[in-house]
Order: sequence, then structure tokens, then C-alpha cells
Amino acid sequence: MRAHYKKFKFLHMLNRYETVFIATPVLSEAQMKEAVEKFRNVITDNKGVIIHEEYWGLKKLAYPIQKKSTGFYQLFEFEGESSLVEQLELQFRRDEKIIRFLTVKLEKYAIEYLSRKRAKKEESLKEKEA
Amino acid sequence: MLQNNSEIRYLTPPSVEIRKKKYCRFRKNRIKYIDYKDPEFLKKFLNEQGKILPRRVTGTSLKYQRKIAMAIKRARYLALLPYVTDLLK
Repeated sequence: MRAHYKKFKFLHMLNRYETVFIATPVLSEAQMKEAVEKFRNVITDNKGVIIHEEYWGLKKLAYPIQKKSTGFYQLFEFEGESSLVEQLELQFRRDEKIIRFLTVKLEKYAIEYLSRKRAKKEESLKEKEA
Repeated sequence: MLQNNSEIRYLTPPSVEIRKKKYCRFRKNRIKYIDYKDPEFLKKFLNEQGKILPRRVTGTSLKYQRKIAMAIKRARYLALLPYVTDLLK
């Protein structure tokens, strides 16, 4: 009974994840856009659904990574199976443009917090327009 | 005479330190998730060398201290916070 339940759960498990990666500052804006597009496709090709994405632009690093003191930051929030994360991280590792990446599983309070934050941002944007 | 003896007199009034009780700000404000992408907030829990402050200083409850530590370590990995520095603030 229990085993059956576990199997069932495994088959239909959709989790919410959040990935932040840092690309080398050597890239041009267009190349960076290309890289973002590539990883977006990796997510959608593996049956993932992108919920939110954020481009933070060129940011200063708190300490040098691979002798670089700045980097392009990009964030993806998506829903998918755990196998998708494996695929995505494999692609990150293969790509030498990426100097750092981190994928985090979001628990329910995190999802709540992030959606509230997004709603607030939208509201403030609307106020600015009005 | 007797009454006078029972009364203790001070030249200077004794200073009784009233220490404000510490509280966990996450419990109080009902914050359930600590975002690792907000280094400015996390800096409140670091000392000047970038070390994580102990619970006895900040008054955070154990549950949230663990979450803070996790968030800080994630932020450090993403180079949002330094591992070691001087004069962080």
C-alpha cells in the first residue's frame, strides 16, 4: 500500500525550483541574451514551465571567481520534475560561459513569499504609470 | 531610632540595569521565509568580518537561526556576500 503510494507520488511530482546563474562579464549583451535563451529552452524542452525570470544585469561580485570581479546574473523560477534539474545543471557544467550556478527547491513559504513580492512589484509599477 | 536603622540609605541611588528582553524578529513579525537574494537584509546578521552573529547576540530563535545561516551561505556561494572581509559595514 505504502509502496504504491510512493510510486504514485514519484510519477506526478512537480516541484517548484529557483535557479540563479552567473555568466562571465566577457560576453556582450547579445551573447548574454543568447545564453539566457538557451537555458530557457533547456527548461521548456524538458517539460518545465517557467513562472518567473529576472535579469539582474552586470553585478559586482563580493569576491573574485575565476579571476573575474563582475558577472551577469540571471534568475529563473520554474516548475518541473526533478530530472529537469539534473539536465539543467549538466548544461550549466558543460557551458564554460557560466561561472557559477545554484538551484534551490522552493518550499511552500518560499513560493508564498516570492509571489507576494511579485504582486507588490507589479502594484508599484502600476502606480508609477498612473 | 529603630525605624531609621531598618531603612538603608544610599548616597547615590543604586542603578538597576533594566535589560530589554531579546526577541526573535521572525517570530514577532511572522516572517516564514528568509530570502538569500537580499544581501542587505542578511547583513544585519553578520559582524564586520562577515561572520554570522550568534543567537545570543541577535536573539533569533533556533529555527530561524538555522534558516538565516542557510540563506547567508547561499548568498556567499553566489558572491552576493563575501566569505571574509574587513569593514563590511
